[in-house]
Amino acid sequence: MHWWLPPKGSTFAGPIDGLFIAILIITGIAFVVVESGLIWFIVRYRGRPGRKAFYTHGNTRAEVIWTAIPAVTMVALGIISNHYWVEIKGRNSVPPDAYPIAIHAKQFEWQVTYPGPDGQLGTADDFTVRNQLHVPVGRPIVVHLSSEDVIHSFYVPQFRVRQDIVPGMDIRAWFQPTVAGTYELGCSQLCGLGHYRMRAQVFVHTQEEFAAWMKQAAQEATQ
Amino acid sequence: MTTVAATAHGAHAHHDDRPFIRKYIFSTDHKIIGIQFLFVSLFFLLVGGLLAMQMRWQLGFPGKPMPGGGILPETMAPGGVILPEYYIQLVTMHGTFMVFFAIMPLLVGVYANFLIPLKIGTHDMAFPRINMWSFWSFFAAGLVMLASLFVPDGAARAGWTMYVPLSARHDLSGASLGQELWSVSIILVGLSSILGSLNYISTIINNRAPGMTWFRLPLSVWSLFITAILGLLALPVLSGAAIMLLFDQVLNTHFFDPAAGGQALLWQHLFWFFGHPEVYILILPAMGMVSDIIANGSRKPIFGYHSMVFAIVAIGFLGWIVWGHHMFVSGMNPTLGSSFMVSTLIIAVPSAVKVFNWMGTMWRGNLKFTVPMLNATAFVAMFVIGGLSGIYMAATPVDMFIHDTYFIVAHIHYVLFGGSLFALFGAIVYWYPKMFGRMMSERWGKVHFWLTFIFYNCTFFPMHITGMAGEMRRLYDPNQYTFLQPYQPMREFISISAFLLFATQLIFFVNFWWSLFKGKKAEQNPWHDNGLEWSLPAPAPHGNWEKVPNVYRGPYEFSHPQAREDYLPQYVKLPTDREPASAPAAAH
Repeated sequence: MHWWLPPKGSTFAGPIDGLFIAILIITGIAFVVVESGLIWFIVRYRGRPGRKAFYTHGNTRAEVIWTAIPAVTMVALGIISNHYWVEIKGRNSVPPDAYPIAIHAKQFEWQVTYPGPDGQLGTADDFTVRNQLHVPVGRPIVVHLSSEDVIHSFYVPQFRVRQDIVPGMDIRAWFQPTVAGTYELGCSQLCGLGHYRMRAQVFVHTQEEFAAWMKQAAQEATQ
Repeated sequence: MTTVAATAHGAHAHHDDRPFIRKYIFSTDHKIIGIQFLFVSLFFLLVGGLLAMQMRWQLGFPGKPMPGGGILPETMAPGGVILPEYYIQLVTMHGTFMVFFAIMPLLVGVYANFLIPLKIGTHDMAFPRINMWSFWSFFAAGLVMLASLFVPDGAARAGWTMYVPLSARHDLSGASLGQELWSVSIILVGLSSILGSLNYISTIINNRAPGMTWFRLPLSVWSLFITAILGLLALPVLSGAAIMLLFDQVLNTHFFDPAAGGQALLWQHLFWFFGHPEVYILILPAMGMVSDIIANGSRKPIFGYHSMVFAIVAIGFLGWIVWGHHMFVSGMNPTLGSSFMVSTLIIAVPSAVKVFNWMGTMWRGNLKFTVPMLNATAFVAMFVIGGLSGIYMAATPVDMFIHDTYFIVAHIHYVLFGGSLFALFGAIVYWYPKMFGRMMSERWGKVHFWLTFIFYNCTFFPMHITGMAGEMRRLYDPNQYTFLQPYQPMREFISISAFLLFATQLIFFVNFWWSLFKGKKAEQNPWHDNGLEWSLPAPAPHGNWEKVPNVYRGPYEFSHPQAREDYLPQYVKLPTDREPASAPAAAH
């Protein structure tokens, strides 16, 4: 059991984990200040015979300070977050040289269509594999997501990438794997009684392995 | 003539000779309606809890026969082993019952009804009959939702958020009548809230006692006022969306079905346009009542009363422009995500102001840890965790990773259980004497509080960890995923804690029922509080006051230097006080 975020598997993991840690520090400080303050007050000002409470209606200065600090922190956090958000999900964020893969989700499976040896989707050499996503390491991948029936969601925790797949919409998402290995792709939006088993294997290959796999899989598909 | 009228009115206030059915069943008395809401929604709280226990059984001990599960039919749990289709019904109905039939009516149905007239000083609601219909349409909605658990295809199974097309198309969900009954019930709930809200708003604006100015209103009333405005504006959207969903289900209208030209995201926008204000409907009244209880338990005026009011208003307003934060990864235009992120982060500011002001109230106080005060303090401590964990999901890039994981489940339970429910445990004990004329047991209240506090944290805190590991919500069996298998011991720990948490709540239920008949007789003002309701005998009589009291000051004058006791009620006139001008409007 691992008490932390999953291992980093894509270029998104660096900034997202960094942001997570930044928020952890900010909220950690707030948490410690508030909870230890509460405990201190509970002990220090507990009711005792003869004790009289201090009659006050507030302190404008203190209130301005504790309004301003969260306000500044939150705006700063928003600006930093938005910088990464635009890089990850912005309309023009998909790198032009990204390798295209089409994923069609349906209750309860993933149909992954590869561009074939020519590297272009929508040509005759495309082929489809069920529940297996093969990608090369170190190269941006763009997935074209579509759904047959209900809303599904594309989620690979190690890549820190998630995108809902909405029927009637064509949605693109991209990521760049950094570590070769096998991962799992899961559906993270309730899609019916088989939601829990709507799962696929993700294989991140080295460039050479990927080329070899592509050649073999394309051959098998034409047979 | 005037004398006769006044006498007749006085008799009305004290001697109540209406028949039983008008007095306790189809009652127009705001206090009886509040108590009706209390009994019914406590029952639904129990139902929601029982559904959660079954989910926790499956998650903690997947595939093992559930103790007592043998009574369930083959279509749900053959041999006591929960089926995937039953599991998602449990998920859906747990959320539905807890949000619409337990927390919301407990906070608003019970305390808006019970407290508003008592705290602002009036005889009843502005529209007592509408108020009665508010309860009975809620009751009908509850019966319909309850019935949907027993129909042949089973209950609704698309999650409490009812995302389309899964919820709209029976061929995709596998349920039919259950889905339709869900829509019907939600339409009725919407009606109930709309009727209630317009009543609360009208009453607070028009029927305040002489001298009860806006800035002398207790924060509980302020928060219920803003909540009612949210309800009046949000619930029609939900009802409208539910009507469209029902039409899709039974008339094939295809509002939401992309296969026939509809829009799947439209539902999410409508649902969350209601759903996010709803989140504040579920927490603002809790914040208000906690403010009353903390000032009382600290024997100090609330710290920064005005900024507390402005924070409530700000939360209410910002609550309208954050609904898109539920949809960052939904396929919505990512630029919208940026603006929703900023508005969401800004909501942390008024929330922080409230927390610091509660702490400011306790600072240099003379803290009396009664059961309500213990629960109110726990509210602050737990709401902080729920509020801070919200910042993770407000930051869009982080949300992309933790969205739809157990991190979100942990967050919502820290706010709704750690927040709202702890506040309710405090509020129920606090106003119990005014409702029933008896006190709940202090000792068992403390036992219940401490056990709940421990098991609650054992249940929900570890969900942050499994959420960080990437465990998705609403999975029947997370062990399908290799990367989630190592977390099975943690899921088992959560389940056992949840069972103990549920068992602990039985202490509360027994205390509640036992005290109703055997509890210590309550004094008129057992907590030495300042509110107008404490000027009435316990329980408060029909019609409340013969003549409503005059109000001379704000509600939080504890430890006032001029007062002999450490409290100074709003209705007590000091020699230096001037008589207030007449009432803002006719009080009856």
